[in-house]
Amino acid sequence: MTRKVVVVGYGMAGARLADEIRARDPRGDRVSLTIIGAEPHAAYNRVLLSAVVAGTMRPELVRLHDQDWAAAHGIDLRTGNTAISLDRAARTVALDDGSTVDYDALVLATGSRPWLPPVEGLALEDGTPSPGVVAFRTLDDCDRILGAAKVGAPVAVLGGGLLGLEAARGLAGRGHLVTVVHPVGHLMERQLDPGAGHVLARALGELGIDFRLGTGAARYVPGDGLKLDDGSSVQADLVVVSAGVRAETALAKEAGLEVDRGIVVDDALRTSDGRIHAIGDCAQHPGTVSGLVEPAWQQASVLADLVTGADVSARYRGTNVVTKLKARGVELTALGEAQTEVGDTGAEVLCLNDPARGMYAKLVVREDRVAGAILLGAPDAAASIVQYYDRGVPVPTDRLAVLLGRALPFGASPASSPADLPASAVVCRCNSVTKGRLVEAFRNGATDVPELAAVTRATTGCGSCRDAVCGIAGWLAETS
Amino acid sequence: MTLAAKPQVKVDTHCPYCALQCGMSVSGTTVAPRDFPTNGGGLCQKGWTSGSLLTSPARLTTPLIRVDGELVPSSWADALDLIVRRITEIQARHGKDGVAVFGGGGLTNEKAYLLGKFARVALGTSQVDYNGRFCMSSAAAAGTRAFGLDRGLPFPLTDLAAADAVLLIGANPAETMPPFMQHLSRAIDTGALIVADPRRTPTAERACLHLAPAPGTDLALALGILHAVVADGLLNESYVDERTAGFAELWRVAARWWPERVERITGVAAADQRLAASLLANAKNAYILTARGTEQHASGSDTVSAWINLALALGLPGRAGSGYGCLTGQGNGQGGREHGQKADQLPGYRKIDDPAAREHVAGVWGVPAASLPGAGRSAYELLDALGTEDGPHALLVFGSNVVVSAPNSAHIAERLSTLDLLVVADLVPSETAALAHVVLPVTQWAEEDGTITNLEGRVLLRRRATKAPAGVRTDLEVLNGLATRLGQPDERFPSDAETVFTELRAAAKGGPADYSGISYDRLRSGEALYWPVPAEDHPGTPRMFLDGFAHPDGRARFVPVEHRGPAEAVDAEFPLQATTGRVLQHYQSGAQTRLVAELNEVVPEAYVEVNPDTAERFGLAEGDWARVSSRRGEAVARVRAVASMRPDVVFLPFHFPGAQRANLFTNPALDPSSRMPEFKVCAVRLEKHSDSGADEVRGIR
Repeated sequence: MTRKVVVVGYGMAGARLADEIRARDPRGDRVSLTIIGAEPHAAYNRVLLSAVVAGTMRPELVRLHDQDWAAAHGIDLRTGNTAISLDRAARTVALDDGSTVDYDALVLATGSRPWLPPVEGLALEDGTPSPGVVAFRTLDDCDRILGAAKVGAPVAVLGGGLLGLEAARGLAGRGHLVTVVHPVGHLMERQLDPGAGHVLARALGELGIDFRLGTGAARYVPGDGLKLDDGSSVQADLVVVSAGVRAETALAKEAGLEVDRGIVVDDALRTSDGRIHAIGDCAQHPGTVSGLVEPAWQQASVLADLVTGADVSARYRGTNVVTKLKARGVELTALGEAQTEVGDTGAEVLCLNDPARGMYAKLVVREDRVAGAILLGAPDAAASIVQYYDRGVPVPTDRLAVLLGRALPFGASPASSPADLPASAVVCRCNSVTKGRLVEAFRNGATDVPELAAVTRATTGCGSCRDAVCGIAGWLAETS
Repeated sequence: MTLAAKPQVKVDTHCPYCALQCGMSVSGTTVAPRDFPTNGGGLCQKGWTSGSLLTSPARLTTPLIRVDGELVPSSWADALDLIVRRITEIQARHGKDGVAVFGGGGLTNEKAYLLGKFARVALGTSQVDYNGRFCMSSAAAAGTRAFGLDRGLPFPLTDLAAADAVLLIGANPAETMPPFMQHLSRAIDTGALIVADPRRTPTAERACLHLAPAPGTDLALALGILHAVVADGLLNESYVDERTAGFAELWRVAARWWPERVERITGVAAADQRLAASLLANAKNAYILTARGTEQHASGSDTVSAWINLALALGLPGRAGSGYGCLTGQGNGQGGREHGQKADQLPGYRKIDDPAAREHVAGVWGVPAASLPGAGRSAYELLDALGTEDGPHALLVFGSNVVVSAPNSAHIAERLSTLDLLVVADLVPSETAALAHVVLPVTQWAEEDGTITNLEGRVLLRRRATKAPAGVRTDLEVLNGLATRLGQPDERFPSDAETVFTELRAAAKGGPADYSGISYDRLRSGEALYWPVPAEDHPGTPRMFLDGFAHPDGRARFVPVEHRGPAEAVDAEFPLQATTGRVLQHYQSGAQTRLVAELNEVVPEAYVEVNPDTAERFGLAEGDWARVSSRRGEAVARVRAVASMRPDVVFLPFHFPGAQRANLFTNPALDPSSRMPEFKVCAVRLEKHSDSGADEVRGIR
């Protein structure tokens, strides 16, 4: 008997869950799978939308599945269909086309929707964005953005969080005059401290992006732009709203499931009804920040183990969040307790602030482990620190080297004179020839490089020590 | 044993060690470099000192037979008679597959060929494989999958000299084949030598961009760089359309591996992945080259496929001046995988389960095709099965030192000890020979003729330059002696190398690695012959795939591979990852190079490279003896504190015997398609070894 699993939502979480289930049950012996997707087209990779807006990636490359994917994997895929209600007693889902679907297990992967701030003129009466206003959330939004704004036209981005800045960077890269309006005093305040936020604004400013910080939008005037709370205005042919998202919980709430900010789930990703699960942006798990792909995919993997029976002990315990800004030319990583201040007595906090070079590096260490970090303009240091964080590796004692990475040059001493080398220094690695051996050979009459090579074999391997041997021969000729 | 005092003739030949096969000339026992395209007149310390092994007092010069637990000298006739008597008994009891053969990637083409024939025809066993399984098999599997045919470098090495950008992955040629580095000087000068290696090796120090992925995460890194190529608009779309198949399926996987996500897995900054993508894409001529560091994993063939996918996305393979290649390791690692000592192959790189191939080869051998056995066990599986109920009870080893070189080596030594017959043919008393029932002393490179196929697929003639010590026979003579005693006609197992090669040509004719147009005369005249050479008047094939790939439709294949990570995860008990590799002064198991005083003085013992912080955390200081243990076993090694090491990774060279064997702890998890063991990463812990010092440690054999 196969188990009927129905997934409501064909976004990044729902599509991944289907992939994970079919990886464990390729022929559908254990699970028959139905997916209900509201958007008319195949699932796509939301993470890549900023590359589409930036114009470096063709929209068709962001599809997660081919057209024939569902058929090839024995999946009943119903796109362009919206689930309108659940009957938990009958274990059915009703769709907007009047049909119903039975389930043994139901998975809600309904995602989230953009939040439009209560700014006059921004939304129509039905709550949808006004003409000239676009959320940055879907592939259709990308089309709208690319269609609405002529190259070079002014664009305002409402919201200086992660996604807003990625959109702003992409639009600036296409030649738009971009102004970011952010009601808080510094950018990405959820992830950054004020110092980092200011260096970030400066770095993005050098890429042609303007900022209005610490002031919100008061009114949208179509064809003109935004009036701000401080009385100033921002010209814009297009307003891109990226002011946060809200979990899509209506279906769950109406069905009487426990809902807080999202649909509440436990470590087995069960809602308050054990036959119904929720994953991704619509779910609220204690160890998880919503709005990111990695938690959704980890949840999909755990849930696939559970619904296929591949590993009934699988549990989701939350995700360590590392924030990376995907904005060409700006390398920003933030993780953990990044807001802890330098003076904090309970932690070891290192911080380097070099705004002129677009660099801000902060490291919070507790009990020798990385507790938090912000790395702006130090990508290699960031990559190493994230490894220490994820793997629980003790932070190396040379904290400055950790903080700066390549920016702290390796063995930065200037090339030394042959005279300063110890006799034991290996000059030719390929033939284990030391400086002492070269000196001895020189004194015995081998006074140029070919003769030194003939006697000691130095330079006869990879040849990279030729300059060094030449230098030693010259130094010996001068001093003898 | 002294050599007869004869006028010494200078003979042009090639180095006995790695696949670069540097040109050298030998006069008596004196070696000097000569100008040859691969080495340009260079030699490393191993090559320079290779002559000293010819007169080493440690040479084996008489057969040895184990009597009452001791190896004692014997005559050749007694030794060979004994072997054949035991083989006959064992096969009578356990069937033909009760006897197994294990070869090596250092054997000449002639030896590899005759060894495979000996196994299939004289012994009738399917149980034959070789140490190249531990070396080239992942690259070979992936190359065949992508291009339809595998030749390490499908272009002359000297082509690299015109490259603007080169990406080396898991390759450390500055130590493993130093004269190779001269071919990278242009890429170094143009600022586009990229080296991917968890360690800051001497090769990585020469790089303009060093990518240091966590061990076992190379596949993710390849996906990330490929993703960056596509996302940044650098995909070579016309090449992908015209010369490849399967990009869409691959992209469905690679689309999920954006550089920021890959950074989290690998520790390689997304910015560096993008930089690598743009350096390669913007170069006029670019190459991607892999080696053991990325191949010796339980996901090794998929990892190589991932790098080939990147090369295809950039449009490199099959284009003059660009390409993908694998740097073959052992001296005849290329030819050794083509001529039938591999469990699933027949000469000419043919498949043993292909009826037409069986028919052809059986015809050359003068036996019915039905008499040829099928595919046998792969190297580790073969060793693991020794002495078990279904496994072989006798093993004949040629050109390999499995006690040191196989993973999980204590277990392998234990399997060997259960054998009814272990025969080892070697020139030196290797650690495996020390366990044998019969040891056969054989000639080495300068004492015999034979061909080698170097890392470029160029066939080279190594000529006899000096006389072998009295009492020593060639491997071909050994096979002849055994085969005739087993009832084979004398002419079926010739002991003259050129005669064997002539037969090899016929057997390889029409196969993927077609040697039929190569003759000793052509090689003696100095012709540069790269296989395939399908006719005597064919000039050979220096550059493959220029007109099309070897699949029926002429297109290369993208293979949709997914990142898996190391087979063994770290945990509280084994919190570090160990990786293994080579040092400049030693070769493979070290059986030869450890006997060369000049080399052994430089690196006399095993060491473990550890980040100084990590060393301190485990109570270790520079120069201490440390125990490196995994779930399988432990090795002892001298601590070297190296600041550039990742704090969660240690490195050990694998050339040392006894208690210093790195392979005591390595993981025999196998790649599903190549059967390559996971030498390059496993979970370990570090402890301080007792203070009793080096002598005790060295004494454990």
